[in-house]
Amino acid sequence: MKRILWIAIAVSGAVAVLLGQDIFGTISGGQKPTIALPNLKGSGDAQRFMAAFNQTLTDDIQGSGYVKVAPKTSYPLNVPNEPSDLMAAPPPAPAPTRGRPGEIARPANGGGRWMTDWSGPPVNANYLAFGYSGISNGVFVFRGWLFDLSKDSPATAQVLAKQYLASVDEAGARKAAHQFAADIIAMFGGKSMFGTHIYFVHQATAMANSEIWVMDPDGGNQHAISHFNSISIEPSVSPDGSKVAFVSFVKGNPGIFVFSVDPVRDLRFYNQAASVNGQPSFTPDGKQVVFQSSAHGCCGIYIASLDGSGFRPITSSRFIDAEPKVNPKTGAEIAFSSGRSGPEQIYRMTMDGGDITRLTDGTGEASNPSWNPDGHHLAFAWTRGYAAGKFNIFFMDVASRSYVQLTHDEGKNENPSWAPDGVHLAFMSNRTGRSQIWMMLANGTQARQLTTQGVNKSPAWGM
Amino acid sequence: MLNRKKIEVLCLAVSLAMFAAGCKHKTPPPAPPPPPPPQNNTPTPTATAPTVAQFSAEPTSIQRGESSTLRWSVSGNVTSVSIDNAIGTVQNTGNRRVSPSESTTYTLTATGPGGATTASATVSVSSPAPPPPPTAPAATNRGTPTSRLDSEVQDAYFDYDKNDIRGDAQSTLTQDATAIKGILADFPDTTIVVEGHCDERGSAEYNLGLGDRRASSAKDFLVQLGVPADKLRTISYGKEHPQCTEATEACYQKNRRVHFSAGQ
Repeated sequence: MKRILWIAIAVSGAVAVLLGQDIFGTISGGQKPTIALPNLKGSGDAQRFMAAFNQTLTDDIQGSGYVKVAPKTSYPLNVPNEPSDLMAAPPPAPAPTRGRPGEIARPANGGGRWMTDWSGPPVNANYLAFGYSGISNGVFVFRGWLFDLSKDSPATAQVLAKQYLASVDEAGARKAAHQFAADIIAMFGGKSMFGTHIYFVHQATAMANSEIWVMDPDGGNQHAISHFNSISIEPSVSPDGSKVAFVSFVKGNPGIFVFSVDPVRDLRFYNQAASVNGQPSFTPDGKQVVFQSSAHGCCGIYIASLDGSGFRPITSSRFIDAEPKVNPKTGAEIAFSSGRSGPEQIYRMTMDGGDITRLTDGTGEASNPSWNPDGHHLAFAWTRGYAAGKFNIFFMDVASRSYVQLTHDEGKNENPSWAPDGVHLAFMSNRTGRSQIWMMLANGTQARQLTTQGVNKSPAWGM
Repeated sequence: MLNRKKIEVLCLAVSLAMFAAGCKHKTPPPAPPPPPPPQNNTPTPTATAPTVAQFSAEPTSIQRGESSTLRWSVSGNVTSVSIDNAIGTVQNTGNRRVSPSESTTYTLTATGPGGATTASATVSVSSPAPPPPPTAPAATNRGTPTSRLDSEVQDAYFDYDKNDIRGDAQSTLTQDATAIKGILADFPDTTIVVEGHCDERGSAEYNLGLGDRRASSAKDFLVQLGVPADKLRTISYGKEHPQCTEATEACYQKNRRVHFSAGQ
């Protein structure tokens, strides 16, 4: 146990050094603010949806990586509904005077009514989020506040006060909770994952057909995008989140499809005659896709417009080149995987195929490169140190090529995909027996399973 | 646990029960055999078999649907005359029109106390040329391209992360080439899909390329052996269509293969 702790500390330290950026400091550093997040109540029928609300709020805040949630078992009983329920702790009572035995001793705390009940032990929070819900004219209304407990009085402690409206059902309550969480996370400089989407490949069983599905970043609202009853794989999201590119075998050989997502519509990508056209991903301007094709033998990297026109090769087809990903920040380089020096490794090159450089050290097999939105870091899957096929998620600073291992042999872990916030990763793991979509923080902590039904793989996280 | 005594008691009970059952359902004694036929003590020493003076068909060959006339005449000591092919017992002398649907040999049997005499007459039936069958579907004895591929063409196997045709795959594919040429001769409109598959260990993305390379290697090998290139289409399924899903080398090897299926 001690050893594990030591490794964990070493890893987060390494990540912090490696990343050396404020945004990552928040997830690996020790000075994360602590927030008290009591279970909030609803008046009348609204109470029916508050279990879902509280769960969603806690998951979002806890999973954000920007703040720490104070342990809920330490909270006082009286949870404020609104600011008027809170008061500053009264000044210390004057020293008891002799000869007045009838006077009642002043209580030691306010049972939740004093700000110090939340800022002092055992809660020790820096912030308190509270509020209440009700149903008004057929609308679910949540009023939420965030108080800075370092202030002396409720009058100056308020940092957030907002009203959220949603439909009167569990989905509405969850939506309001997501929005309240997003506003709280924004207070600490974070980007909420709320409103982003994770596309993935869903199968009923390992031998069944696969379709492209999408879900919210908490695993909610899962539904199908494709209905081809074929093999449909390799989803990728456009930078603005309006389109998804993927591959389907519906016409025989694997071919690329580009769909708009709202409404879902086939935008008709024209595939070159080839036994393989696959692994599409968007350029940062969203106007082109880079992909793999066997048009001149298997397999080179190509680029084309979203309708398939302007098709031209970037690499020769002497080797198996795969999974091209354009740097989202610079738009000037491509990370890809290739078997050009033996077993599959991660490489980078310029947009015209020049300066091809291997990034991984040639050991094991490395695949699935995913750029952090900062354009400096890559996550990928690597078997380094393990048997063939035993992939773990790694994280690399491209400039120095120093890397950190984020998963540690808990099943196979593949296909990392960065969240738009740049601090969360979705990935696929079979640690529970079947391949499922998981998410974790960029330092490998707070792993959380997002899918449970069937077999799910190849997450692509986008707006 | 049964002790020995209990077992003995049980055995006794069982054998008694069997014995009792045996008594109740005793099979009846077999029926007495039929008495022997009476001895023929008065043979007719002079008896001779009947003579068939005539048994003929006129005309002897017909078109299907036409008829022919059988004529016969039997003499001597006759007790019965019969003709086979569902004609049955007839007079000693007579004729019968017949319209067999195919060539038929009629046999006349004349029986008398002196024995039996047979004679035969054949009516040959010629049928008009059959109409051509409605737009010839695959004749059943040739099977279908899929059934032929399944029974005659073997999968070729590969090493991990390789698309070279190794020794055993060379012999497999050499036999496959012969079989495929035969199938293509019987089904000239068929194309054959060369499917490349991989085991589950490499990344799904890389394996799509590897499967494509395996399919291409196998296709090139078959083309060298004279299989027409335009009849072979390659497709890679990477690791998306496994034969098995166990994490064992036996299963991995099963999945590292080229498989053949019928295309359009």
